[in-house]
Amino acid sequence: MSQTEWPLWEVFIRARRGLGHLHVGSLRAADTTMALQHARDLYTRRGEGVSIWVVPTDAIGASSPDEKDPLFDPAMDKVYRLPSYYRMPEGAERL
Amino acid sequence: MDPRASQPAFIPGAAELLAEVEAAESLLDQRGPAGAAAPAGGEEADLLAHFEAVIAADAKIEPRDWVPAGYRESLIRQIAQHAHSEIVGMQPESNWITRAPSLKRKAILLAKVQDEAGHGLYLYSVAESLGANRESLLTALHDGKQKYLNFINYPTLTWGDVGALAWLTDGAAVVNQVPLCRSSYGPYARAMVRVCKEESFHHRQGFDLLWTLSQGSPAQHTMAQEAVNRWWGPALAMFGPPHRDSTHSEKSMAWRIKRFTNDELRQRFVDITVPQAEILGLTLPDPALAWNSERGHYDFTPPDYEELKRVVAGNGPCNRQRLARRRQAHEQGEWVRAAAAAHAAKHSREDAA
Amino acid sequence: MNEKAVAYVLRLGDDALVAAQRMAALATWAPQLEEDVALANIALDLLGQARALLTYAGELEGQGRDEDLLAYRRDEHEFTSALLVEQPDTDFAATMVKLLFFSAYQRLLYEELSAGDDETLAAIAAKSVKEVAYHLSHACAWTVRLGDGTEESKRRMQTAVDELWPYTHELFASDSVWRGYGFDPAGLRERWLGIVEPVLAEATLERPVDDWAPTGGRDGLHTEHFGYLVGEMQSLHRAHEGVSW
Repeated sequence: MSQTEWPLWEVFIRARRGLGHLHVGSLRAADTTMALQHARDLYTRRGEGVSIWVVPTDAIGASSPDEKDPLFDPAMDKVYRLPSYYRMPEGAERL
Repeated sequence: MDPRASQPAFIPGAAELLAEVEAAESLLDQRGPAGAAAPAGGEEADLLAHFEAVIAADAKIEPRDWVPAGYRESLIRQIAQHAHSEIVGMQPESNWITRAPSLKRKAILLAKVQDEAGHGLYLYSVAESLGANRESLLTALHDGKQKYLNFINYPTLTWGDVGALAWLTDGAAVVNQVPLCRSSYGPYARAMVRVCKEESFHHRQGFDLLWTLSQGSPAQHTMAQEAVNRWWGPALAMFGPPHRDSTHSEKSMAWRIKRFTNDELRQRFVDITVPQAEILGLTLPDPALAWNSERGHYDFTPPDYEELKRVVAGNGPCNRQRLARRRQAHEQGEWVRAAAAAHAAKHSREDAA
Repeated sequence: MNEKAVAYVLRLGDDALVAAQRMAALATWAPQLEEDVALANIALDLLGQARALLTYAGELEGQGRDEDLLAYRRDEHEFTSALLVEQPDTDFAATMVKLLFFSAYQRLLYEELSAGDDETLAAIAAKSVKEVAYHLSHACAWTVRLGDGTEESKRRMQTAVDELWPYTHELFASDSVWRGYGFDPAGLRERWLGIVEPVLAEATLERPVDDWAPTGGRDGLHTEHFGYLVGEMQSLHRAHEGVSW
């Protein structure tokens, strides 16, 4: 990884009031403001959300049954994450 | 202002493909088999048996599940190539954004090119969930070690090419990608549902653009026909070499990363596209194209696989140009990325103090 | 026909159109993929504003000109956009500084127009003000990051600020068109400084002194960059007479 590669952030979106935030994916950003702006631009291009959370991937603790997984070396531990890319249940444009 | 307003109501094949995307999407909503998680700290043999059982049950593999190294590598290779295709694929179309002949078309084209950046990002994000790193994948792209789809190495010489590229190559991409909505890797399947829904807008706007040209002045009709003549071959070649020559197909099919052979998908694309061409009033440049009632499919001349090899090897009309521009954009942005990182570092220290 | 209204709305539409054309040309050139998506969103917002405003100007004019005839069939000297928006994007610093100056101006002007008597214009302004508020926050965040980033980014930002600052005066230069309809932006300079100066300060950038103040855009007298922009934009459309696209 180069010196200038921005950290990874996980993005959670509330599709509408009454629903919880769902994980939709990740992105890279230098700071929280940028992560929020990029999350808005990237994951709500078709009006999929009313509220966005961004969380540094490193900050997520995950229950995982296979944490001693021999194929995940320590450098890969940054991918602790919840299952990603839940679809947007409401308001997604059906083109 | 509805971009679909002037479009014929019916595009053969399009509804069928979207229905498959939605079927795959509803499968994702159903609960997988209980106890799908692997035993903690198990022996490799147990882990492999568990992995194979999940695949056999058509359930999804999720991030941090134990997977064989080959599964991970195949997926990363396939997803990276797809992501690279999205971002390098922005170039031939962005070539016409500033010259789009109406403000409506300019908006549609810009939205499409933007979607491609978005799709690239969804896919890099999936690759990162497998332990890959975006910067390294981009480096591999810039060094020519990872590929992107061959059709991107052809030029968009006229406005007609913008339509033909979208109609034919996005059409081919949708045929290729719809089965991926049922990929065994959960994040990939979910990303592809999203991508396919957005791609179908791309495909339709290309059809609509060509339809308008085809119904327009003789010069516009010619522009459309010549563009279709140029893009038919590259679109057919998008499905890759024939199955018998494809190096990665067998394993990918066994692991349900891939679900149909290159040849099956190519045939499906031809069968869907021929009736669309008839509605457009344009001809496909293949004298051998004919309905074969015995097979229940159209016969067609296979694409020129020698040309495909040459283009994949780096000798298409625009390979050098596309990569050089991609590298240039990345290098030009270096000072910006460095500055944002430096700013964040300064301020996180201040926040901590 | 209300000539004053037509001229007024055309200025707003031309500003948005030229800014959109510049921003749209940056597709694939952003420093990071995420920023490519962001810049395209901004360009799409501006293009949407241009289309609504030009359509409305055509309606006010009543000569049957729609958004495309106004965008594609006028000559350079018939465009009354400000000189600021046609300035080239020499680097990402120039793009962000231009966006900062322009979106702060648009936000203030649209805010006033959204409360104005012209209902159509008020509706367009009310929709647009939300968009440009976002553009402004994007530009502010980047100005601060890059101004207070590395030595190189600071140098580039200061250069962009110094080069673009003179063109901001024209945005607030009053004349009979501005006074004749809607809201005269001449009164907005102080509030504009109230937005821009604190951002420059936080970005550790120097606010330039006010001296050279080029004008002409509002009368159709543009910089040399403009002919290329218009020529490129109109080339295909003008090559085919009387067709639809």
